[in-house]
Amino acid sequence: MKKYKASTISLIAVLIGFLLASLLLLVTGRNPVNMFIAILRAMIGFDLTHPEKGVNILYPLNWLLNSMPVILTGLSVAFAYRTGMFNIGGEGQFIVGALACTFVAFYVPLPAGIHTVACVLAGGLAGALWAFLPGFLKAMRNINEVVICIMLNYTALYLNTFMIRNVLPININTLHETVKFPETVSLGSLNFGTASKFNWGFVFVIIALLLYWFIIEKTSFGFSLRATGFNKEGARYAGMSTTKNTVLSMMIAGAFVGVAGAIVTIGVYGYGRIFDAFDNYGFDGISVALIGACKTSGILFGGLLIGLLKSATTTLQRMGMTKSITNLIQACILILIAIQYGIVLVLNMINSKKDKKVKEDA
Amino acid sequence: MNKLMKSSLAAVLALGLVGCSGSTPAADGGTTDGGDEGSKITIGFVTDKGGIDDKSFNQTTYKGIVQFAEENGLKEGTDYSYLQSNTDADYTPNLTQFADEQVDLEVAAGYLFEGAVNDTVKQYPDQKILIIDVGWLEDSPNLQQAVFAEHEGSFLVGVVAGLKAIENGSKHVGMVIGMKSDSMFKFWAGFQQGVWAVCPDCIISFDSCEDFAAPEKGKTLAQKQFNNGATVIFSCAGASGNGVIQEGAERRGNGEDVWVIGVDTDQYEQGIYEGSVAEGNEKSAILTSMMKRVDVAAYNACKQVAEGNFVHGVVNYTLADGGVSLPENNPNLTEDVLKTVDEWTQKIISGEVTVDSKAIETDDRIQ
Repeated sequence: MKKYKASTISLIAVLIGFLLASLLLLVTGRNPVNMFIAILRAMIGFDLTHPEKGVNILYPLNWLLNSMPVILTGLSVAFAYRTGMFNIGGEGQFIVGALACTFVAFYVPLPAGIHTVACVLAGGLAGALWAFLPGFLKAMRNINEVVICIMLNYTALYLNTFMIRNVLPININTLHETVKFPETVSLGSLNFGTASKFNWGFVFVIIALLLYWFIIEKTSFGFSLRATGFNKEGARYAGMSTTKNTVLSMMIAGAFVGVAGAIVTIGVYGYGRIFDAFDNYGFDGISVALIGACKTSGILFGGLLIGLLKSATTTLQRMGMTKSITNLIQACILILIAIQYGIVLVLNMINSKKDKKVKEDA
Repeated sequence: MNKLMKSSLAAVLALGLVGCSGSTPAADGGTTDGGDEGSKITIGFVTDKGGIDDKSFNQTTYKGIVQFAEENGLKEGTDYSYLQSNTDADYTPNLTQFADEQVDLEVAAGYLFEGAVNDTVKQYPDQKILIIDVGWLEDSPNLQQAVFAEHEGSFLVGVVAGLKAIENGSKHVGMVIGMKSDSMFKFWAGFQQGVWAVCPDCIISFDSCEDFAAPEKGKTLAQKQFNNGATVIFSCAGASGNGVIQEGAERRGNGEDVWVIGVDTDQYEQGIYEGSVAEGNEKSAILTSMMKRVDVAAYNACKQVAEGNFVHGVVNYTLADGGVSLPENNPNLTEDVLKTVDEWTQKIISGEVTVDSKAIETDDRIQ
């Protein structure tokens, strides 16, 4: 049986995902071309139905803005996955990242610039600490990290609500968020005159991508993490500390998400807020990691794809399509990647037919 | 491999072509400037996370827009439409989308939009925006903030509660608020004046959940007040109030003669209790509701834009202009009660009675 590159399988999954969405639109009496027009508009800001309006840079900026947190959560899921663990605690790590960032913003006065970096680092640290418990329990007692992570998601949600209501300076008009952050906390604005909230947070995303690549691919620590993921007992036999690796891997994974929580809180909102429900960035990270096959470049593209689907919900609705269509595409892609062995089988069948034909022709 | 890619690409394209010929084109993204076409205007409505069918602010606001649109022959999709938000992060992009298309009026309901509306108003100085139930944003020529005279509406439900307490002989009513804040005390002020206007010796139990999202706290406080003898409770506590309604419905299901008064929207459906459904005739524990007519606010703003006299700043909706009211249908109120309510309504509108928005905090009749 022939092996296929992970990127090939992801690409096929994405194509089939769009194909199925088109079919569904067709069945429900809508024009699938409009879906592509809407997605193109969300991507480059060019509206094919109104070409005279030209390119609006607002849309690509919003696309990148939407991609920033999901790339980080994708890195997190991938990092844990490479060590043989499933980090489904992204939601909780995201919220504690946002909360820690809010605390530093209000209670640690620092000069501008340094203050922002301190807030982001605090977010990363909080995310790491939040992921410590599932990693520790997994390493010490072999307790399933999935269960602990999911429970901690809700713990974070309610802890955040409690802190904002009772400890942090709340906005008395709404009682739903804190007052605005001091001016020393800001990721600036890169909106080029548009209404986008795109900001310098992308620098942290690039650093995170480089760190991921460097740690996983270029260090002996990364090698021992991957070895632990491949075969825990084998790694231990080879003298690697699988306990330490498990805990550290979860903590680094948590740190990526914590940073995402901080940059979204500073860059998009500028105040700490009560979460009524999860923002889903953590869960989207699972899609990103799977689409990207846990490779650095793959995660970048997976993140950009999921970010695009997120930012396209607005233009899709304006073209008369339900916003759920993007969730549907995402779900199709995920299922197809989950059953990638099936895709490999089909590809093999096609290839063997082709080979036969070539032989017959000859 | 290449062949497979090509064939799937071709399939996508083919699907698209079929779609072109087969179905009607979807909503046209762009809009023309409708200002000079009389009542032909374009309206964009952005919902919060609750969605368009939330049985609350979003749904009611859109009802007002739809009503205006139908009266003026506007088409959904092209002339007026809504965008739903998945998360808080969607508010600004959704508002921006409509502003970018230069709709004549954007509408957003509820304080969740506070920050996003504030940003959009500044970014698009020509974009007219209506925000409902928010009155504290910085004034701007393109921003209308609609607020409601909650104390006047609360006065009327106070009258209803007082009459009910006389009728069943308890002379004891209650009120549960969400948070001890100025805006909540406006409800409290109106309610106590209304109760005492018809029943000067009525006792009022008064408690605060100190939380808008804790139905269990609302339920506990309702239990306490009902146990102390209150027979009607004004539930005024957001989602915490759902606990009050639940407690009232359970007690009515067990045959107790207790009632709950809803707030913001007509909460009749939420108070329907189990036993009554089984018997085939649905009955609700909701006596009546103090409605904020967000649909009226939306309708009026649309009309103003169509007529070219958009008002900026804070617009106060009172009893006189139908901004606060009881629901149209009150299955649990008798004709006599409704007549008395009408009399008081007329007195307030004519200025014979003024409802103070400041509550009396200490009184022998407050428990």
